[in-house]
Amino acid sequence: MSDTTEIVKASLARRYRAERRFRFYGVLAITISLSFLAFLLISIVFRSIPAFTQSSIHLDVALDAETLGVSENPDYAELRTANYSGAIKKAMRERFPDVSKRKEKKNLYSLISSGAEFQLRDHVISDPTIIGGNTVIWLQADDELDALVAAVDDVTNIGDVKTRLNEQQRGWIAELQQAGEIKTRFNKTFFTNGDSREPELAGIKAALFGSAWTLLVTFLLSFPVAVCAAIYLEEFAPVNRWTDLIEVNINNLAAVPSIVFGLLGLAVFINFFALPRSAPLVGGIVLSLMTLPTIIISSRAALKAVPPSIREAAQGIGASQVQVVFHHVLPLAMPGILTGTIIGLAQALGETAPLLMIGMVAFIVDIPAGITDPATVLPVQVFLWADSPERAFVAKTSAAIVVLLLFLIVMNAVAVLLRKKFERRW
Amino acid sequence: MDEAQAVLDSIEGTVGEIAVDNPKMSMRDVDVFYAEKQAIFGVDLDVANNEVIAMIGPSGCGKSTFLRCLNRMNDTIPICRVSGSVMLDGDDIYAADQDPVLLRARVGMVFQKPNPFPKSIFDNVAYGARIHGLAANRAELDDIVVGSLKRAGLYEEVKSRLDAPGTSLSGGQQQRLCIARSIAVSPEVILMDEPCSALDPIATARIEELIDELRENYAIAIVTHSMQQAARVSQRTAYFHLGKLVEVGDTNEIFTNPQHELTENYITGRFG
Ligand SMILES: Nc1ncnc2c1ncn2[C@@H]1O[C@H](COP(=O)(O)OP(=O)(O)OP(=O)(O)O)[C@@H](O)[C@H]1O
Ligand SMILES: [Mg+2]
Repeated sequence: MSDTTEIVKASLARRYRAERRFRFYGVLAITISLSFLAFLLISIVFRSIPAFTQSSIHLDVALDAETLGVSENPDYAELRTANYSGAIKKAMRERFPDVSKRKEKKNLYSLISSGAEFQLRDHVISDPTIIGGNTVIWLQADDELDALVAAVDDVTNIGDVKTRLNEQQRGWIAELQQAGEIKTRFNKTFFTNGDSREPELAGIKAALFGSAWTLLVTFLLSFPVAVCAAIYLEEFAPVNRWTDLIEVNINNLAAVPSIVFGLLGLAVFINFFALPRSAPLVGGIVLSLMTLPTIIISSRAALKAVPPSIREAAQGIGASQVQVVFHHVLPLAMPGILTGTIIGLAQALGETAPLLMIGMVAFIVDIPAGITDPATVLPVQVFLWADSPERAFVAKTSAAIVVLLLFLIVMNAVAVLLRKKFERRW
Repeated sequence: MDEAQAVLDSIEGTVGEIAVDNPKMSMRDVDVFYAEKQAIFGVDLDVANNEVIAMIGPSGCGKSTFLRCLNRMNDTIPICRVSGSVMLDGDDIYAADQDPVLLRARVGMVFQKPNPFPKSIFDNVAYGARIHGLAANRAELDDIVVGSLKRAGLYEEVKSRLDAPGTSLSGGQQQRLCIARSIAVSPEVILMDEPCSALDPIATARIEELIDELRENYAIAIVTHSMQQAARVSQRTAYFHLGKLVEVGDTNEIFTNPQHELTENYITGRFG
């Protein structure tokens, strides 16, 4: 055997050990990060579950004109302002005739959500002929009841589960449950309502639309501008001090704290240009300032990664610079550009601070119908709900996070599809 | 370094006849700089019609650089500066009124590594005709594509799959595709930079045959590292050394009876 063989052999064991060690560290790192992620996801999803269900109470409501305070043949305006809560309270009293004390009555009424009267109102308006008779309707329960029935099987024996409902109230609930007059089903309200002070009425739709409008503005502004800038800088701009300076500044811009962009948006777009406050338009503009550098940087990297042989091939048969770029380089760089865009938009989707500065933190009940309507966005909604005292908002907060994550997943899926479409090998 | 400088200084002018009658291209006193570094020193050379001229020389002597001057491919390298005159049919291609896009349609180029576009075989060949508007309709375009593929000796192998991506071909086929792509715009001159260096002997032989056929219609300048290839395909040979054109002449003459010592050393393999 030669010397080399001996020397190599002696070092082999050490080299394999090093490799095994490195593999171990790698697996360890991945396990740690995955388990953190899994823990986070699982805890959020678990905490969000109550928000996706909603309990209702079965009530037999007497709709006599007297209780409702309307005339015999009420018109629409009368129907809108009728005393539905009175009718509901009356029905509750009739369901539990033993309750007589003022305080107890108040406790009894609180089992039903304050939104129930609107439910009843819509029900009556859709068919006013039922006035005068009785109607059987499932009315939304209060969030405390909701949380309790979701948490325990037997509401008279709750162990150490915390609730604001007293023993008497829990007795009523147990009675209703035994009679099959409480049911829990999927919470549609959460997806059809805007924000509300009442947790059981609060929904994510306004924030979802706000996020969608804001991202649309961000995308429409930042994508074309950033891609044009990247193409110009990468393919056309001369290399000199000015372009160096621009490059340095773009990189710096990517590192500017996002709240600074919010201050800029407040000063320039709202105070100077007098654009509407709290609107997705301004939010989108501010966020596109933030995503621009991200998209520019990743687009330039994608353009740079296109093999020079492709450019030479096109130039070699007389393609002009614009033809080289738009026929060959850009299509090949498109997957990378899209990836960068999605990363930028995902950042924008999760951004809160700059939007607080331009007033997108408002309490929004109505679904924004356009980019100039007052709106809020998902992360701000998360922030608002996390700040609310009612316990039911804890679940809403987690549910809003789940919706935010789903939004992200959908966005990424679209990006993957687009990338597949553009991907070509060379 | 000093030794190289000494060798460089010792090369004075070019041995052999640089000029031809009726030159297709004619280069005089061409200097090329990459930033401060000079890569080509005062080269004079003519390229004749219907001729294959081979450019040989040690690695780094500036063959590619010189070749790329002939269709202004060096324009795409920001630090590259060219001086002197390069005439195509008597017009200086570096003159202010000359358009590099038009020039490259007249002087085509085939690169060392096959570089088909990631498009179909048909689109690869049709691309040049499309951007220059050479075909009035689809039938004319088909004629151009089929004709070019035939002349490049590739048609029989790909006629059933013109829609397949160009990158799905073998290396040799890809290189012939690239040749078809450059002859599809009917250039007057074809520049080839080591077109066979990535190919096996059989594919090489096919391309050499093809070059010989193409000579009937074009002027061809080919850079090669293979002396056998230069001897097989070319009529004239130019020997470059350290950026200077040392010797040029009939290929037979150069290989059997080189005049300059450096040429002789290179050809006989005494120079690494
Ligand atoms: N893009 C460039 N930037 C700077 N210097 C370059 C560039 N391209 C070539 N050079 C230099 O110019 C000189 C000639 O290079 P060139 O590529 O023309 O040599 P060559 O004869 O083609 O070599 P080879 O046979 O290895 O391809 C070399 O010294 C090289 O370092
Ligand atoms: Mg070379």
